[in-house]
Amino acid sequence: MYLTRAEEETLNGNAGYTKQKAMEILVALGKIYEADRLIPIASAQIAGVSYRSLGDSGTEWIESLAGDEVEVPTTLNPAGMDLGRWRDMGIPEDFAKRQLHIIKAYSDLGITPTCSCTPYLAGNLPSFGQHVAWSESSAVCYANSVIGARTNREGGPSALAAALIGKTPNYGYHLSENRQPTLQVYVRSKLKRGSDFAALGFWMGRRAKNRVPYVSGVHSARLEDLKQLGAAMASSGGVALYHVEGVTPESRAVQVEPNEKISFGSRELRETYESLTTAKSGWVDLVCFGCPHCSLGEIQRIAELVRGKKVTEGLRLWVFTSAVVRSRAEEKGFVQAIERAGGQVFSDTCMVVAPMRDLGVRRMAVNSAKAAFYGPTVPKVDIVFESLEDSVRMATGDD
Amino acid sequence: MTRHIQCRPIAKGIAEGSALVSQEPVTFFGGVDPETGTVIEKNHPLNGQSISGRVLVFPTGKGSTVGSYVLYRLARNGKAPKGMVCQDAEPIVAVGAIISGIPMVDRPEDYEFETGQWIHIDGEKGSITVE
Repeated sequence: MYLTRAEEETLNGNAGYTKQKAMEILVALGKIYEADRLIPIASAQIAGVSYRSLGDSGTEWIESLAGDEVEVPTTLNPAGMDLGRWRDMGIPEDFAKRQLHIIKAYSDLGITPTCSCTPYLAGNLPSFGQHVAWSESSAVCYANSVIGARTNREGGPSALAAALIGKTPNYGYHLSENRQPTLQVYVRSKLKRGSDFAALGFWMGRRAKNRVPYVSGVHSARLEDLKQLGAAMASSGGVALYHVEGVTPESRAVQVEPNEKISFGSRELRETYESLTTAKSGWVDLVCFGCPHCSLGEIQRIAELVRGKKVTEGLRLWVFTSAVVRSRAEEKGFVQAIERAGGQVFSDTCMVVAPMRDLGVRRMAVNSAKAAFYGPTVPKVDIVFESLEDSVRMATGDD
Repeated sequence: MTRHIQCRPIAKGIAEGSALVSQEPVTFFGGVDPETGTVIEKNHPLNGQSISGRVLVFPTGKGSTVGSYVLYRLARNGKAPKGMVCQDAEPIVAVGAIISGIPMVDRPEDYEFETGQWIHIDGEKGSITVE
């Protein structure tokens, strides 16, 4: 990989320990993936924020980098708790202390502690064609596919290294030739609800693995639908980029000559709903939304559905979003409407990275295929997969 | 007889030690105990053995990117391998080696490594010497 003189000097330690370590990581990745050079990035998004995933060792490494700052706007993935309302969630004091410690270590590096998996709804929005270095697989899928920005599926340390240098190795999805479709998907079922898009994404990710799907037969989709679609395929598979004919920006520019074609009909839709539900019977102790973090529109919808109703005794209704969107939802009265019904709106965290079992959750209803996928293995809870509307009905007890 | 093997430098530094060879990929997150350096992954050929102080020779890494931090924690606990040789480096192990200061190389020229051989690796120049 070609390095400029300034980059060589950083690699040799002339810009200090932090930048040197970051440059060593970028150079190693460039070597592994045979990149020709480093290219400037517009922003970074860093995974590895929850104390549950980072642990004490990860925290130590972030702290060891202190003394220098990131070169581009950089945001964080969800933490293990709402950074302000963690007591309302029931988070233990010790966990909170360690979590806040991690946030401080990142903030000391000049990173904005916007802890969200939807940075594009919280102030970190790249434009078409811009290069970025994002981790958080659902945001990677959204940035590449819906925005038309360019990023690989970064890990936490490589995204942090890119943020500290302001550059990333030029390989993978940064190159136009790797953004061509390699799998064609025909959708033959009507997708009515957001969770139908999640189910399609989940089914597709399993088959696509790390290929680039080109989807035909979906004629319109809201931001929320595409957010669910991408999050699902990035978790059941390793998809970083998809195209939807007539919907996503690069779908017109790419050449569609994939060697494999698959179809998704109403039977596949039904079977995917069934496979995502792991709970044997209908009861749940938590109904939650916000994987990926809820948009303002989704919070408004939940507020409308719970108006004049009450969450059933012994059951919880939680909504997860970014701090930015939560404050807008508060201004609009949506948060208060949900709270009046007995629900809560938390920011900075989600049901996948919070210590759910410690919070007394054994079984949760979700409208997200990603949360359904990780539920049994990461927070170790059983899952009921339903649409947003049906999940709200489960919470308020009117079937 | 000493044998010199060309390879690709990944993480800088020089190390030597007794080789521990695995034919299977190694998962650090959930696969190696960060306090002891013992391989805990079920059904792994190295299960129950310690990678601490050895030159670990394995095909590649797998699993969660949090694995990089497990290598860092091993190094902080003095339980990390002295060096690593991969057939093909992937980001989890490469990044883990860099942040932990563990010398690492990959793509060695055709050679069958054996557990117990005394190995020198140079992560700067990209060379391996087997005694």
